Amino acid sequence: MGYKTIIEDDIDILVAGAGLGGTGAAFEARYWGQNKKIVIAEKANIDRSGAVAQGLYAINCYMGTRFGENNPEDHVRYARIDLMGMVREDLAFDMARHVDSAVHQFEEWGLPIMRNAKTGAYLREGRWQIMIHGESYKPIVAEAAKKSADKVFNRICVTHLLMDESKENRIAGAVGFNVRTGNYHVFKSKTVICGAGGASNIFKPRSVGEGAGRVWYAPWSSGSAYGLMIEAGAKMTQMENRIVLARFKDGYGPVGAYFLHLKTYTQNAYGEEYESKWFPALQEMVGKEYLDPEVSHRTHRPIPTCLRNHAIIQEVNAGRGPIHMVTMEAFQDPHLEEIGWHNFLGMTVGQAVLWAATDVDPKYENPELTTSEPYVMGSHATGCGAWCSGPEDVSPEEYFWGYNRMTTIEGLFGAGDAVGGTPHAFSSGSFTEGRLAAKAACKYIDDGKAEGIRVSDEQINRRREEIYKPLETYTVYSNEVVAGSVNPNFINPRQGLDRLQKLMDEYCGGFGVNYMTNDKLLNIGLKKMAILGEDLEKVAASDIHELLRAWELKHRFLTSESVFHHTLFRKETRWPGYYYRGDAMKVDDENWHVLTVSRRDPKTGEYTMEKAPLYHLVGDEES
Amino acid sequence: MPTFVYMTRCDGCGQCVDICPSDIMHIDKGLRRAYNIEPNMCWECYSCVKACPHHAIDVRGYADFAPLGHSVRVHRDEEQGTIAWRIKFRNGKKDMDLLAPITTVPWGTGFPNLAAASAPSGDMRNSQLLFNEPKYVRMDEGDLHTLKSNGLKLKAGVYY
Repeated sequence: MGYKTIIEDDIDILVAGAGLGGTGAAFEARYWGQNKKIVIAEKANIDRSGAVAQGLYAINCYMGTRFGENNPEDHVRYARIDLMGMVREDLAFDMARHVDSAVHQFEEWGLPIMRNAKTGAYLREGRWQIMIHGESYKPIVAEAAKKSADKVFNRICVTHLLMDESKENRIAGAVGFNVRTGNYHVFKSKTVICGAGGASNIFKPRSVGEGAGRVWYAPWSSGSAYGLMIEAGAKMTQMENRIVLARFKDGYGPVGAYFLHLKTYTQNAYGEEYESKWFPALQEMVGKEYLDPEVSHRTHRPIPTCLRNHAIIQEVNAGRGPIHMVTMEAFQDPHLEEIGWHNFLGMTVGQAVLWAATDVDPKYENPELTTSEPYVMGSHATGCGAWCSGPEDVSPEEYFWGYNRMTTIEGLFGAGDAVGGTPHAFSSGSFTEGRLAAKAACKYIDDGKAEGIRVSDEQINRRREEIYKPLETYTVYSNEVVAGSVNPNFINPRQGLDRLQKLMDEYCGGFGVNYMTNDKLLNIGLKKMAILGEDLEKVAASDIHELLRAWELKHRFLTSESVFHHTLFRKETRWPGYYYRGDAMKVDDENWHVLTVSRRDPKTGEYTMEKAPLYHLVGDEES
Repeated sequence: MPTFVYMTRCDGCGQCVDICPSDIMHIDKGLRRAYNIEPNMCWECYSCVKACPHHAIDVRGYADFAPLGHSVRVHRDEEQGTIAWRIKFRNGKKDMDLLAPITTVPWGTGFPNLAAASAPSGDMRNSQLLFNEPKYVRMDEGDLHTLKSNGLKLKAGVYY
């Protein structure tokens, strides 16, 4: 194959994937490493890449410390209750104490943040959310990153991390290919900050045709954050903690502003409040500590997102669906009506298109809600990702190994979806994590930790062969059949993705089985996954675009395998409404008030699982 | 709502190809115009629609759940710093114009040049501070929050 090998050498900081996390990393790295070589490798175009490509209408993580609103520990307690206790609170505290400075810089760069006319503070949608006109959120932060980076390589699909051959378990860069030219790109780097994304489209989506792209999380979020790090042998945490979203049906338009700002609420098909009747039985499952509607009512302690999903799922199963969002009251106010529409145009245009297509005017009709297929990611109300070190002034010893946001591979850092145990970071928190990782990566280099890295031609050539193998497979076997996509020697990426989604749905708790699984199903699923893994060695790509899809599929596969192992390991139902272990239907704090940590051996592919202690932030007076 | 491209408006300039986050806007080699090669990997993010200098790209709702006959059009203007939307319902009963700002400063300005910023001191390097901090991270003139300053401890065990 005539593709060139293009080597970029002597990089200090390679940012692999530049969404909000990666742009934060590239931006900040320049301050701490003014003479360092900073390079970005991005699968798309950083002006419109990652989960924020389309824009946002709110920043969901902002303390407002400057305005006397919240302290970092308040946010940690909120994330803790929402995630049923399972949070890396050192990382969450660290993110929260820095996040405001990121948001204030966004405003200086031109991001329009709405203000409360009376107080002068940012306009709050809820306790943690502020409202923005964020159509250009991503292009704005991308400008800041471009100004800091020495080089930006757009359209590079990073497929693998490079490992140092002079010291075990140390990073040496990354490789990938240009999805337009097909050329092979090698990035030799002292550190890598993984800013790649979480995973959409690994569970079978509710949409059946064209609409398969109208997933809640972006379809280009291919789980590459996890695929890259798992393959390299990094430890992962909380990968069982997939998220299910209650959203407007089919369009998956956001509901946050509707609930919090427009004060809309939900009811069943017959106009009844339905949530409270499911709570007594649910309280039996999870315990009063996690669900106590009286306390929540009195103290405004939030009811965990998963438990509200549970009530929707139960009510629909009881035959009183669909659940409706009651918009007809709020939308009589023309100002609120306009906000309702702007909210979609700013971040989920497709929902506006769908309502225009179906003549749904929320002023005269209460739209339908649904629960989505599950997603695996680490920055919304869930915390999948790599097991990372925290900051030295906060973290207990089990959570600290030298450099903030460094994974268990030396020199490999994470930000955004890549970092595990840090839910509720959202866009601003992901950007902040990128900044923290960048400072730590500069220190790692300055401390001399990246000396003497060696990458052999053998490693570079081996990866090159691996990357192009799907093209080779196609060339060799496609002429064996007359025409069409059916071939006994290979599957194409779409066929592989369909198989993965069906498998995840049926065995790992997708919407098709009402989010239910158990040990037996998971073990069968794992056997089938192993065989799918073998078949993915024979995935074929007819062109460079399909080669991109092939590698996205491989990253999704590695992510899914990890989700299976973690789901099997945690023998309890920690998050009813996200998924259920039918063989262990209760929260089990005695055995499972812990974080789950896994490692896949890169040589054998074998998984080992362990429990890590859970530390909580408590006030001095409580201890 | 996968995108599609009007034959008579597209001149094959490739702006949509440059920007598409999903790598699905490609140029047809025979017609020398752009088209969506993989509609079921389209998020309807409108990045290409906004980037097209000829408004040649539009969106038609996903065939598996959206009926025909609607329209959501957009004009994004970096010089004006605005984005203008028009939403038309299938039944013709609703036709909305909506305008929003996209920036508060002239496009492309307002970014600090960190390569030229005064280098951080050794103290700052050894602290937990990031660039520009502690500005804006506290109400008072104090330093960054720490466990000690906030009267906190991290304790292992079961706390809610």
